[in-house]
Amino acid sequence: MTQRIEFTLNGKKLTVDINIKESLLEVLRDRLHMTSVKQGCGVGECGACAVLIDGVSMNSCIYPGPRAHGKEIRTTEGLADGEDLSVMQRSFIEAGAVQCGFCTPGLLMTATELKESGKSYSREEIRREISGHLCRCTGYHKIVDAVEKGLKE
Amino acid sequence: MYDISSYLNAGSTDEALELLQNRPEARIIAGGTDILIRLREGKHRGAALVDISGIEDLSRVWLDADNTLHIGPLQSFRALERNELIKDLLPGLAAAASVVGGPQVRAAATIGGNICNGATSADSASTLFCANAELVLTSPGGERIVEIADFYKGPGKVDLKAGELLTDIIVQEKDYRGFTGHYMKFSQREAMDIATLGCAVMVRTSEEILEEVRIAYGVAGPTPRRCPEAEMALKGTPLNRENLDLFAELVKKELLTRDSWRGSKEYRDHLAGVLARRGLAKLTGQGDCDHDTEN
Amino acid sequence: MLSKRFLTGILASKSQKISRIDPLKNTHIGSSPQRKDALAKVTGRAKYTADMDMRGMLHGKIFRSTIAHGRVTSLDCSRAEALEGVVAVVTYDDCRGIVFPTAGHPYAIPPARNDRADRNLLTDRIRLYGDEIAAVVAEDPVTAEKALELIEVEYEEYPFYLDPEDAVKEDAVHIHDGGNILGQNSLSLGEEDPEEVFKEAAHIIEDIYESPQVQHCHMENHICYAYKDDADRIVVVSSTQIPHIARRIMAHAFSMPFSKFRVIKPVIGGGFGNKQDVVLEPLTAFLTMKCSGRPVMIDLSREECMAWTRSRHGMRHYMKTGVDRSGRIIAKTLKSYGTNGAYASHCHSVVAKQGGDFLRHYPASRGSSFQGYTVYTNTATAGAMRGYGIPQINFAVESHMDDVARAIGMDPVEFRKINVIKEGQADPVGKLKLDSYGLSACFEKGLEYIGWEKKRELYKDQTGEFRRGIGFASFGYATGVWPISQEIAGARITMNQDGTVQLQVGATELGQGSTTVFCQMAAETLGISYEMVNLNSTTDTDMDPFDTGAYASRQTFVTGNAVHEAAVQLKAKVLARAAARLEREADSLDIRDARIVEAESGADLIGLDEIALDSYYHLPDSGVMTADVSTQTKTNPQSWGVTVAEVEVDMQTGKVKVLDICNIHDCGRVLNPLLAEGQVQGGMSMSLGFGLSEIMLYDPNTGRPLNNNLLDYKLPTSMDTPELGVKFTPVHENSAAYGSKSLGEPPAISPASAVRNAVLHASGVGINSLPINPQKLFEAFKKADVLNKETINV
Repeated sequence: MTQRIEFTLNGKKLTVDINIKESLLEVLRDRLHMTSVKQGCGVGECGACAVLIDGVSMNSCIYPGPRAHGKEIRTTEGLADGEDLSVMQRSFIEAGAVQCGFCTPGLLMTATELKESGKSYSREEIRREISGHLCRCTGYHKIVDAVEKGLKE
Repeated sequence: MYDISSYLNAGSTDEALELLQNRPEARIIAGGTDILIRLREGKHRGAALVDISGIEDLSRVWLDADNTLHIGPLQSFRALERNELIKDLLPGLAAAASVVGGPQVRAAATIGGNICNGATSADSASTLFCANAELVLTSPGGERIVEIADFYKGPGKVDLKAGELLTDIIVQEKDYRGFTGHYMKFSQREAMDIATLGCAVMVRTSEEILEEVRIAYGVAGPTPRRCPEAEMALKGTPLNRENLDLFAELVKKELLTRDSWRGSKEYRDHLAGVLARRGLAKLTGQGDCDHDTEN
Repeated sequence: MLSKRFLTGILASKSQKISRIDPLKNTHIGSSPQRKDALAKVTGRAKYTADMDMRGMLHGKIFRSTIAHGRVTSLDCSRAEALEGVVAVVTYDDCRGIVFPTAGHPYAIPPARNDRADRNLLTDRIRLYGDEIAAVVAEDPVTAEKALELIEVEYEEYPFYLDPEDAVKEDAVHIHDGGNILGQNSLSLGEEDPEEVFKEAAHIIEDIYESPQVQHCHMENHICYAYKDDADRIVVVSSTQIPHIARRIMAHAFSMPFSKFRVIKPVIGGGFGNKQDVVLEPLTAFLTMKCSGRPVMIDLSREECMAWTRSRHGMRHYMKTGVDRSGRIIAKTLKSYGTNGAYASHCHSVVAKQGGDFLRHYPASRGSSFQGYTVYTNTATAGAMRGYGIPQINFAVESHMDDVARAIGMDPVEFRKINVIKEGQADPVGKLKLDSYGLSACFEKGLEYIGWEKKRELYKDQTGEFRRGIGFASFGYATGVWPISQEIAGARITMNQDGTVQLQVGATELGQGSTTVFCQMAAETLGISYEMVNLNSTTDTDMDPFDTGAYASRQTFVTGNAVHEAAVQLKAKVLARAAARLEREADSLDIRDARIVEAESGADLIGLDEIALDSYYHLPDSGVMTADVSTQTKTNPQSWGVTVAEVEVDMQTGKVKVLDICNIHDCGRVLNPLLAEGQVQGGMSMSLGFGLSEIMLYDPNTGRPLNNNLLDYKLPTSMDTPELGVKFTPVHENSAAYGSKSLGEPPAISPASAVRNAVLHASGVGINSLPINPQKLFEAFKKADVLNKETINV
């Protein structure tokens, strides 16, 4: 069963016909080719599919597609301004927070939310804020480094 | 892909009730963090999802003229943990909200959904048990009010009839005024976990006397539960170590913990005593008892 | 183009400033340039297997058993076949005789030395809950899923075995023909029979240590698709660590020429050994053959990936040690049972390897022996996982070292220092000469970091509710698989028209950063910038030279040697061409900063770009400069290291908090400090999960996996993981082209052991089975009667 929804994706207004059975993850990946949005578990346990919905990091795998109607959605594809990387993208590279890269886009979205909050966070607080993202490569250390560094810039 | 037959948006409570009526396949979706997972597991096949997340009336936290606290069931845990009124009046609930899942889950999941799922592990439930919360259940025929302890009927079973909607969570002034409260989630991980045992404590003291102590546990039985006998035994007693130990012993007797592969009965009973003692000590300003017990 | 004379003129004036570079002072090795794949990964452009799209892609799903042991008595797929959108249903009947081994080992000659081939593409003989009976291919995943539900099956059930010691009992039903012991190993070291030497020991300490099956939990699940190309060859695109080996296994399994298969590995979301097996490739290839070559994808769910790919071997160790009065280990024995799971995979090589480590690391002065049994069980198949048996034996040995030291009243580190393998000692097991040895330096650095003596004293007699302790553990680890197996690697470098180069290797990037490091290596040897070396992270068996892949922490070492050899050959070609053009002797020239210089003085002579352009277009004499090498490596240096940890133990709840932890590594030359630290921290975190929280659980009544999801399997989150300290000792390994030794796996070995020993120091209770989770600690405290009763001071 299809339904027409309208939402903003990375700053661009879109009208999309979706199947009501689709998750936002499926809408973004399969219909709109936003393949930065990764599926790691399908049940909201790993955070690889996190996107910003109205500025808040949420798991798109447990978000109904129809609910995206009227929302402002951002993915990692929209972080850079042309060739210019965002502060968090740069700090993830410089801090060595990227290994296999599968958890990276989701983490970047949460890091971006923190950056845009304008607040400051201790390393402990950063650990809490990124605790919805599982990563098996880094032991989180350099991810915390990256977020800390990005918040300071 | 979720195996659903339709997805219906309700803009108001009335609209939601209308959509729920005469639709046995209807399932309410609020935050969605639970029902979508169950759909993925193959449950509720062909459900008609009624999305109530857009009903603004159901997501307010406010005090009425009688100082009764109203918590809109669509309050997300993210909003609850940051809500000043909740932090002030029911700090235990704010603490519970802050340890649900992880940030993404807290941004989506709602307190109403947490309760209506009927899970004994619901982090928000124990504090609501302590606060004698009442639930307003609305149907086209009107409203009925159920105490939270009566609402829970068994694992995953609640007193929510077909066509009914949870529209308000109420806490009377007598159940928060003068109390301090805390929630301790004991789980293997510090985030993204389900409680091995959850424990909410509320206490009202005067001088060094425990005027009233309330305690409720999640995962200590098929539903969250209070320990009325232990609470009664401490009423009006002086705050001292003997009484803390007594309290710890008494709560264990009242619980109906069970063995499961997630934790043994013996361990849960032991933890129940430790958390009772530590929780009470923390709220009465005794020692460094909160030290890493919880998340 | 500028004339030679002119160029020489202007550059001669510049040459004053260019000093000769000391060949030992590297420009690129030891630096941390931006990862080659960093931009693609932070912008979301990096394409993993699931991100590739092919028109008309079909989707395969696997029909799995709901019993743990038995056989299928009837199977009816007719309703599934009739479902609209279903393209094919295949069962064990369609692929009888397609039997193969799955481990990503190099092939062995003679063939008898190869892994046990016990895997059928699909099976009616059920060996674990979730065994693979049939597969459905449909136009979309939802239809495929629905079709699975329409398949009807009946079983005859047999008793099932979750524990290897149950499976080896005489009356146990054989999981495979030939019995439940998959492999036996016996190794001994020393002149004397340890059982005889025990009689003379001042102390004999015996104990049993156990560690469970755990899972890799790479964030990208196993995924694979296959199709037939325009030459009727089968192209398999897979998230694999071993593209070339996967090709060989499929060729053998289907009895088809190697050339019929092409394996492509895109960007991978982690592997940790779980993708060092063929898991989905043969079935996916088979399905495309059954569907007229249409592309078919199998994309495992997290639940499937956790229960039905591979795991770390669970191990039980019976350990006995005899020491003399001075604290010297004079004899020791070990009997190990490895939980192999339902299929052979890495067979008994994991158990064998850890037995060697037992004999080697703290050698007994007079006699020692090891006996290992790898046993089929009705649990997840155990394969390779980061550390390959060594984390398990390290937990046992390092726990035992503390337990023995405690029993004889010695400081655990002093006891280790007396007994640990020393510099200059030949590797007693592999008979290989050990070159670099930085273990003593690692000991000293670790002890200094944690403040060993002070804190051992400080935390001695605690009585409070929260107690602290420090612990220590050390390890050694090989670099590659020589001489047990083949070590061969290929590298090809082609110089482009402008002096930049295309590097090709058959080695596999799986997130660890090998692509980046190979580029640093080539840049180093060629005398050009890192940016001038191009290597993408895709491996393609049609394009890339043969290399066995990413495992055994071998690539920077073995493939590094190949990259070096190719770069040396290419450089010689460049200098020969430059010498001809400059009318000089080639050996008087060098390449620095992409310029041809006079080796002696460093004087700048001509740009590399000009020589490169010449090689393509010089009318009378052109020829593209390439080097294509395949090198064999016949050394296997040991990496060394230690972990020191400080913990706080809640004596009431059994919760352990790691307050401080640091790994100190001798990995030879640190090629890229930022990547190296990342490797170490990731390994430490994996070991902390192994030590404190992770375990694969099975229902004892049905054999069904209980926690094959990321909620119930306790993978550490960022809040469970402490700050992770990393230190290196400066060592150069002479047998490596760039001085490096293994670092991929070693960090995952000793943290769990150090934490266990810190808990022992804090609480006085030694836990001999992993994970040390709160409930287990509670039970142990209760048994030892140390559950703290002194609680709150009111």
